[in-house]
Amino acid sequence: MKVKMKIAAIAAVAACSMAAGTAQAGKTFDSVKSKGFVQCGVSTGLPGFSVADDKGQWKGIDVDVCRAVAAAMFGDASKVKFSPLNAKERFTALQSGEIDVLSRNTTWTYSRDTSLGLNFAGVTYYDGQGFMVSKKLKINTAKKLSGAAICIQAGTTTELNVADYFRSNKMTYKAITYDTSDETVKAFEAGRCDVLTSDASQLYALRIKLSAPDNAIVLPEIISKEPLGPVVRQGDDEWFNVVRWALFAQINAEEAGLTSGNVDGMKTNKDPNIRRILGLEGVKGEMIGLKDDWAYQIIKQVGNYGEMFDRNVGKGSALGIARGQNALWSAGGLQYAPPIR
Amino acid sequence: MAIAPGKNQTAKQPSKLNDPRFRALLFQIIASVTVAGFIYWLVNNTLHNMALRGISTGFAFLNNQAGFSILQSLVEYDETHTYGRTFVVGLLNTLLVSGLGIFFATIVGFTIGVARLSHNWLVNRLAMTYIEIFRNIPLLLQIFFWYFAVAINLPGPREAIQISDLAFLSNRGLFIPRPVFEEGFGITALAILFAVIFVIFLARWARRRREMTGQPFHTVYVSLGILFGLPAIAFIVTGTPLSWDIPEMGGFSFSGGLAVIPELFALTLALSVYTGAFIAETVRSGIQAVAHGQTEAARALGLRHSWTLRLIVIPQAMRVIIPPLTSQYLNLAKNSSLAAAIGYPDLVAVFAGTTLNQTGQAVEVISITMAVYLTLSLVISVFMNWYNARMALTER
Repeated sequence: MKVKMKIAAIAAVAACSMAAGTAQAGKTFDSVKSKGFVQCGVSTGLPGFSVADDKGQWKGIDVDVCRAVAAAMFGDASKVKFSPLNAKERFTALQSGEIDVLSRNTTWTYSRDTSLGLNFAGVTYYDGQGFMVSKKLKINTAKKLSGAAICIQAGTTTELNVADYFRSNKMTYKAITYDTSDETVKAFEAGRCDVLTSDASQLYALRIKLSAPDNAIVLPEIISKEPLGPVVRQGDDEWFNVVRWALFAQINAEEAGLTSGNVDGMKTNKDPNIRRILGLEGVKGEMIGLKDDWAYQIIKQVGNYGEMFDRNVGKGSALGIARGQNALWSAGGLQYAPPIR
Repeated sequence: MAIAPGKNQTAKQPSKLNDPRFRALLFQIIASVTVAGFIYWLVNNTLHNMALRGISTGFAFLNNQAGFSILQSLVEYDETHTYGRTFVVGLLNTLLVSGLGIFFATIVGFTIGVARLSHNWLVNRLAMTYIEIFRNIPLLLQIFFWYFAVAINLPGPREAIQISDLAFLSNRGLFIPRPVFEEGFGITALAILFAVIFVIFLARWARRRREMTGQPFHTVYVSLGILFGLPAIAFIVTGTPLSWDIPEMGGFSFSGGLAVIPELFALTLALSVYTGAFIAETVRSGIQAVAHGQTEAARALGLRHSWTLRLIVIPQAMRVIIPPLTSQYLNLAKNSSLAAAIGYPDLVAVFAGTTLNQTGQAVEVISITMAVYLTLSLVISVFMNWYNARMALTER
């Protein structure tokens, strides 16, 4: 892992120095178009978000975001190649051009958005950081965690949130930071730490990786805001638009009642909003540099936002996470997309 | 000087390019300028392109507040310190584990290396088995083994293995009593220092006297007496100004005392055991490089086996051992960067890991880190070269 990170860093230097002054807008869009697939950075394995199954097929909500982009670009959601990255490698991999889009449960923050030369294209999942503890400690609130040893994945916002939370509550703790989330789980199971902390969604995902998931509970406190979303390089606006509107199309589709099942039948629907989303009237695909049916292809092949959520992390998955903040704005949640018109 | 043109040969001077010395100089200048120019272009271009892509550059980030916590720190550190401080913390942790590793690997290596040459069949075979096993398993796997299979699978803090309520071994590490130096301990410390200096002079005097007069002196017993007696008297006279902070179970784990975290334990163990196997082979080859006649001659003089080893064989073997030993030390220092795999907060894990990720300034952070490892290796190398020069055969 270490070696890979260094290679990535060196690649960043090399890529920056070799490609003298070629960072104009439109570069990624054109290169993706010509190479015929999207290179997508995902996690090294986080159930529900991005994980490879026993056949090597990548699955998860972050994976589907990339598949949606491929569906919009090529009309074929399978034209994606995945690069598994750990938390420390991810930004360097994107900066150096090793990947086209980073869709790896990455939190949108001020410093990442402004100083890394990157742009966040939207929010696929509204998350927040929580704590998981062993049941036998008989603790039911994070306020009683003073003095605990905490396992954390290195290079995440989690490290900073924990420090803030314990400092503001005048508690002490010992942070043990590992490179991958697998190692944090192993150490937590072995009892090296009392607490495992991560984004709440990940805690549920990691919990089912434990040998005895019932022995661990997730505490009710959510100590941070963690809006997760896809990231692209800054100053590459055409590509940024594609990634951003691929996600917006899925959210708009759910709002309009379009699903992968009914989208073909809906082509005859008279509702002008639906007709616009499907590219049958009004707005044209060329505005974003794509075919008119780009959104149709996303809905047909990947599904709308709700389908994607349920299949990977929601009711239809092993994680069983409730929609909560991730419900549509019209259902009391935060998911809201500007209209397609 | 045959090629240099003489004073009278001005009429038909050969072209300067045919002068090999001039040509050599010319090519060296061209090569140097090309390399320097390439480096300049690389740096300049990197900076230019990073600026173009809106990536922050420069070292100003070192003064920003870090905001994350580090498991083990030899200097004062908390979340409110700067990124620059995280560098110091990481560096010291690297130095600690490298120092401990080198120390233990040397002991292990010399012991096993000598055991490998033992005439006792069992000892010999055990040493060989040790060397072949630990030399041939990748270091990272060994680190994982000592950490995930051994260190953190010890019993939890509540079921800790304890030694008479003073020391506790659990998966949170080894907790031992920590000495607390009270006012007046300085005098005892001074006494220790004085005793050490005195013993050094005593040993020199005793050797000189033996060489001059042949009279032996009980250096060892007298030295031990002074080393322990003097500080003990000072300690008692000043009113025993030392107490112990004994670890206590409370809340989640132990508090107080001196803690050796399992990450440090596992990493030190893995590095010592792995490098120790290589050093053992180095030691074995060094000893075998000493001609057998030397041993036979020593025997003929009636020297005991242990004396032969100590006075004849080892001093000669050291000359063969030191250069490869230096390489092993360098390897160990560099291998300590595998620490990140088990969460030991060394320079790579803390600075080239978390700090890099929080600031995103990969080029700066990696450059600093590489410079540190280069410096560390060069320092070890310089020291070992000095030691080698000292041990080298002095021709009279």
